[in-house]
Amino acid sequence: MLILECPCCGVKGEETEFAPGGEAHLKRFGPGSSEDDFHAYLFEKENPRGVHFERWRHANGCGKWFHAARDTLTLEVFGTYPAQTAEPPKDIRDKIAARRPGWRWREFS
Amino acid sequence: MSTRLGSGGRLLRRDRRIGFSFNGKRLSGMEGDTLASALLANDQMMVGRSFKYHRPRGIVASGAEEPNALFNMGAGARFEPNQRATTTELFEGLEVQSQNHWPSLEFDIGAINSKLARFLPAGFYYKTFMAPRSFWKHVYEPFIRQSAGLGRVPKDRDEDRYEHFYAFFDVVVIGGGTAGLTAALAAGEAGARVLVMEQTPHWGGRAPVDGGEVAGAPVDKFVDESVAALEAMGNVTLRRRMMGVGVYDHGYVLGYEQVRDHAPGTPGPRHRLWRIRAGQVVTATGAIERPLSFAGNDVPGVMLASAVRDYAVDYGVSAGDRTVVVTNNDDAYRTAITLKNLGLEVPVILDARAAGGGALMEEARGLGIRVETGKAVARVRGGRRVEGVAVCAQAGEGAVLEEIRCDAVAMSGGWSPVVHLWSHCGGKLIWDEAHAHFRPDVDKSPTGADGKPFVIPAGAANGALDLASGLTDAHAAGRAAAAATGHKPGGKAAAPEAAPAPEAPMAAVWLMPQGAKVQLRMKAWLDYQNDVKVSDIQLAAREGYASVEHAKRYTTLGMATDQGKLSNINGLAILSDALGQPIPQTGTTTFRPPYTPISMASIAGQARGALFQPLRRTPMHDWHEANGADFEPVGQWRRPYTFRRGQESREEAVHREIGQVRGSLGLLDASTLGKLVVRGPDAGRFLDMLYTNMMSTLKPGRCRYGLMCSENGFLTDDGVVVRLDEDTFLCHTTTGGAESVHGHMEEWLQTEWWDWKVHVANVTEQYAQVGVAGPNARKVLEKLTDDDISAEALSFMGFKEITIAGIPARVFRISFTGELSFELAVAAGRGRALWDALMEAGAEFGVMPYGTEAMHVMRAEKGFIMIGDETDGTVIPQDLGLGWAISKKKADYIGKRAQERTHMTDPNRWKLVGLETLDGGVLPDGAYATARGVNANGQRNVQGRVTSTYHSPTLGRGIAMGLVLNGPDRMGEVLEFPRVDGTVMKAKIVDQVFYDKDGEKQNV
Amino acid sequence: MSEAQSAMPGAAFEGAHTVRETGLCGMITLRGDLGASAMAEAVRDAAGTAVPGRREIVHEGASSVAWMSPDELLVMTEYARVPEALAAIGAALKGAHHLAVDVSDARAMFEVTGKPGAVREAIAKLCPVDMGHDAFAPGQIRRTRMGQVAAAFWMVDEGTIRVVCFRSVAEYVFGLLRDAGLPGGEVGLFG
Repeated sequence: MLILECPCCGVKGEETEFAPGGEAHLKRFGPGSSEDDFHAYLFEKENPRGVHFERWRHANGCGKWFHAARDTLTLEVFGTYPAQTAEPPKDIRDKIAARRPGWRWREFS
Repeated sequence: MSTRLGSGGRLLRRDRRIGFSFNGKRLSGMEGDTLASALLANDQMMVGRSFKYHRPRGIVASGAEEPNALFNMGAGARFEPNQRATTTELFEGLEVQSQNHWPSLEFDIGAINSKLARFLPAGFYYKTFMAPRSFWKHVYEPFIRQSAGLGRVPKDRDEDRYEHFYAFFDVVVIGGGTAGLTAALAAGEAGARVLVMEQTPHWGGRAPVDGGEVAGAPVDKFVDESVAALEAMGNVTLRRRMMGVGVYDHGYVLGYEQVRDHAPGTPGPRHRLWRIRAGQVVTATGAIERPLSFAGNDVPGVMLASAVRDYAVDYGVSAGDRTVVVTNNDDAYRTAITLKNLGLEVPVILDARAAGGGALMEEARGLGIRVETGKAVARVRGGRRVEGVAVCAQAGEGAVLEEIRCDAVAMSGGWSPVVHLWSHCGGKLIWDEAHAHFRPDVDKSPTGADGKPFVIPAGAANGALDLASGLTDAHAAGRAAAAATGHKPGGKAAAPEAAPAPEAPMAAVWLMPQGAKVQLRMKAWLDYQNDVKVSDIQLAAREGYASVEHAKRYTTLGMATDQGKLSNINGLAILSDALGQPIPQTGTTTFRPPYTPISMASIAGQARGALFQPLRRTPMHDWHEANGADFEPVGQWRRPYTFRRGQESREEAVHREIGQVRGSLGLLDASTLGKLVVRGPDAGRFLDMLYTNMMSTLKPGRCRYGLMCSENGFLTDDGVVVRLDEDTFLCHTTTGGAESVHGHMEEWLQTEWWDWKVHVANVTEQYAQVGVAGPNARKVLEKLTDDDISAEALSFMGFKEITIAGIPARVFRISFTGELSFELAVAAGRGRALWDALMEAGAEFGVMPYGTEAMHVMRAEKGFIMIGDETDGTVIPQDLGLGWAISKKKADYIGKRAQERTHMTDPNRWKLVGLETLDGGVLPDGAYATARGVNANGQRNVQGRVTSTYHSPTLGRGIAMGLVLNGPDRMGEVLEFPRVDGTVMKAKIVDQVFYDKDGEKQNV
Repeated sequence: MSEAQSAMPGAAFEGAHTVRETGLCGMITLRGDLGASAMAEAVRDAAGTAVPGRREIVHEGASSVAWMSPDELLVMTEYARVPEALAAIGAALKGAHHLAVDVSDARAMFEVTGKPGAVREAIAKLCPVDMGHDAFAPGQIRRTRMGQVAAAFWMVDEGTIRVVCFRSVAEYVFGLLRDAGLPGGEVGLFG
């Protein structure tokens, strides 16, 4: 069972305090978007063996959403950061690079 | 025969006798006994029958690895099957029954299977119960069920209490032997918060039995001093009778504390499940001795050499007067020496090694014990107990050289580190050729949240089998664990020093004798509990089960309640040999928690009975309970389904309630509806995105029905939105929807539109809400308020703040029944008072409470949809004829893009219509309307299905709603709905509004 | 005019620790910019305290203010004072984007008292929270899961813990707290 640190309230809690919310940094496609873009937005989710960016909500806690960078294989958590961003912050990406040289995830590396 | 010796028994209090019963026989033991030692003291050598062949079985081990001595234990509300005698502390009045035999342990019909063993090989069930298919259910399954399982299933409710406990430590040491204590001391002295758990009631592990010296004093003294030193440390917690169940991700460890198993009936929880977070875990779990595979190694009286020694030293119990020792290593000599020193006979030590042992062999010989090197057991003589052994050369095929009479056999095939907890979370193993065992590969440790190793094996669990190297290893492990959790190693820099006790190398012996013929291999057991023999594994290999995981499942090796603690290595060695490959290439099966079985009740903890799950109650719940409510679960809420009176059936009660609402006045407890306050300058804009309707144009003081969809277009929730003021909306959700809709709103606000100025608060439980419905609804309210609630002052879909029965309230003019209806919301603390006032004031109108079923019927009469009935996660609002609630003006809302996808706009999507049965009966819920022809699977084609169906007392006939292909264009057509009994019901497609189509009744 | 009723008036238990329902407490959910000076003014006017820091709770007389999330406070005061406190907040934050709603009736509050170690132990049996002296102390508030429901708690002093949960699950939470204190269940981890 994972331990995550909520970047919003600072609590380091166990998984049962949190609710998972799927892939992070999705770009929303609304009316006017192409069939392909919309389909990809809804259904084509990353499912990597390794570095992954996810959304979590501190559901039994401060109620805030946040992002987590995590290795799905080793479960190492590289860091958590607020949800109000369109891309992983540099310090998180640097940390991943130090631990997993050459990592790639969608358009990020 | 096994018996209690006249003296000795390190753990006994000989002056305290304890009475217990075995299969109804009254027996007596001593305080300090385990059930196993007490049974042996009473010469109860045979303790059960094996699973498949029903062979007589005796106690093999002295600890958690015991495969045979499993019992039905206790009675009534304290009955539990499959309890291990070796880990059960004896207490006064303990009742046990042996398992797996009928009619009795001594005479068992099932033992015939033993004679048929040739016909019951590995994979017997798979091979036999295949055809004919018609036999599966009524012949094979009953047969398999009859013969499967060990103990009985408890019948009574468990009367004990169980609990969880969340605890956090820097270092958790699992195992309280010399290694665990040493590691804990090293970590504790460094200042780490340390927990040490020991599964038995005693500290020190095997050391006090095995002997040795630490710092020039007997090892017992070292154990006592270590425990005393740890107890004196404020940062160290010591728990006995607590087993390390499993090691999980991110340092999560489960500890199973058997708080009162040894003293049942005393106040307190029986088991406590510790849910622990550890910075570092030290697995000081020791090692388990392996049996040797020779013919008859399952005859009662054949035991592990270490167990024979334990029973003698710890409990003053001898397994037999004449014990033959058979071994491939030096350690078993300690058993022979111990027995000899107690005055018992050891006719011979059969050492499979051609060169024999070292110093211990010399010591044994010095005591006058005959030692035969290069020799083996050809077979054990005896059925229900050992009568003798036939001796052969280990190198040969089993030609008998000599018969030796004895009543016990102590065997040792070497020691395997207990690597389970190391392995649970991904720790890897390496093969140690010298000791012929797997031990932790310390370079491939499980890693935690920070990506760093968090498990450190220590002592025998790390392959450091002898006392001296074990202490050194454990001391280093404790220091490393402290350092890894940020503590500077303090205390002694050097490990406690034990006197070295050099031993001759062991030799791997996987089959005895090495060239044993099939007749012997068929009697050489690997897995006692599941009855798997050497020949079964070899057969599996021949049949192509080359993977150890496949061979395990095919033969059931290691799948019993002991999870192969004794059989694992021996089995995979045989498999490797059969496959002609080295053991590391075969590998081990996966070690999974729990280490030994734990009680289901401990997993549930407090979550049982009234606390099984939270039941949500409204402020009027007590009134409902006192007034005949039949409750139904709606999420975690309990809502009255109907309020029965006297001998009424549920249906009669529902019809009475509907009649009352339609005719006069009824009250509904609507407190469970979700209520979310949405406030801020961007609140209107935000709700325009959340609902399909336009909410930003709603005028303050007005209500609007709204639909909410998921991003993939499907209808997820509905409810009335009220604009309280320019910046503030109150959104009602379905009963089950408050938390999820709240979460949905926060999700979009926090992760997509975080710059929008909107706040949301869930105020569901702040308000008690009462629906007041019926032609007399206004009259009853007017009796209780001076505020103007006339049709002019409070029109349909309006809202107002009033004072009613002296209570400040919001009143909404909304209707789900089709009648004149008001919903009153008051502070939850005043809800009951409001309810009472309405009941009293309504008496002259014959007021009645009505339940959810009456509400459902009435809404169906009006053709209103219900989330969860008309929707199922695949339905879009357009399917339900709710186009009027979907704004055409908005550029966007959640779900809009999805609803433009081709299959969403497909004219052939099933659409909502009303269904009127031709015979006036009620359609079955969920029934399908059939169409011509069959589909690719040969099933009837369908063209629609029933989503809601009721008997309408108002109309005196069955009414239904359903989704039907091109339904709205087929008014008047008759559809056929087959029922489960094969008959067909016919129903006509009609408009779904059955009652008061023009809404005149609600709008007065 | 009837008196407002709390969820479980008079509910009490005595065992390894005692549990009692505190009765209705005035509570206001206050959301907005916690760093704004108007917010400081609103909190001071409503409860007489400063704005608490992250995961802290501050007390003044019969009022307390707890930090619930980066943009949310829970203002607690006497039940009857809520309209007054709401008015004060409304005045101080007039024109500022905020939300202040009365949630007094939406909650139930319990007080657990006993020996210092015992009250910590009661929570440790129910919540996945480190209740060690170094990890949790008076002045802090923790929102978490208690059994299967959301709850928050804080220590008034070493022998007193207050627990807040939703009103509808009051019986469940009371049952959990009660069972955690049944005789013979003492663990003794916290001294």
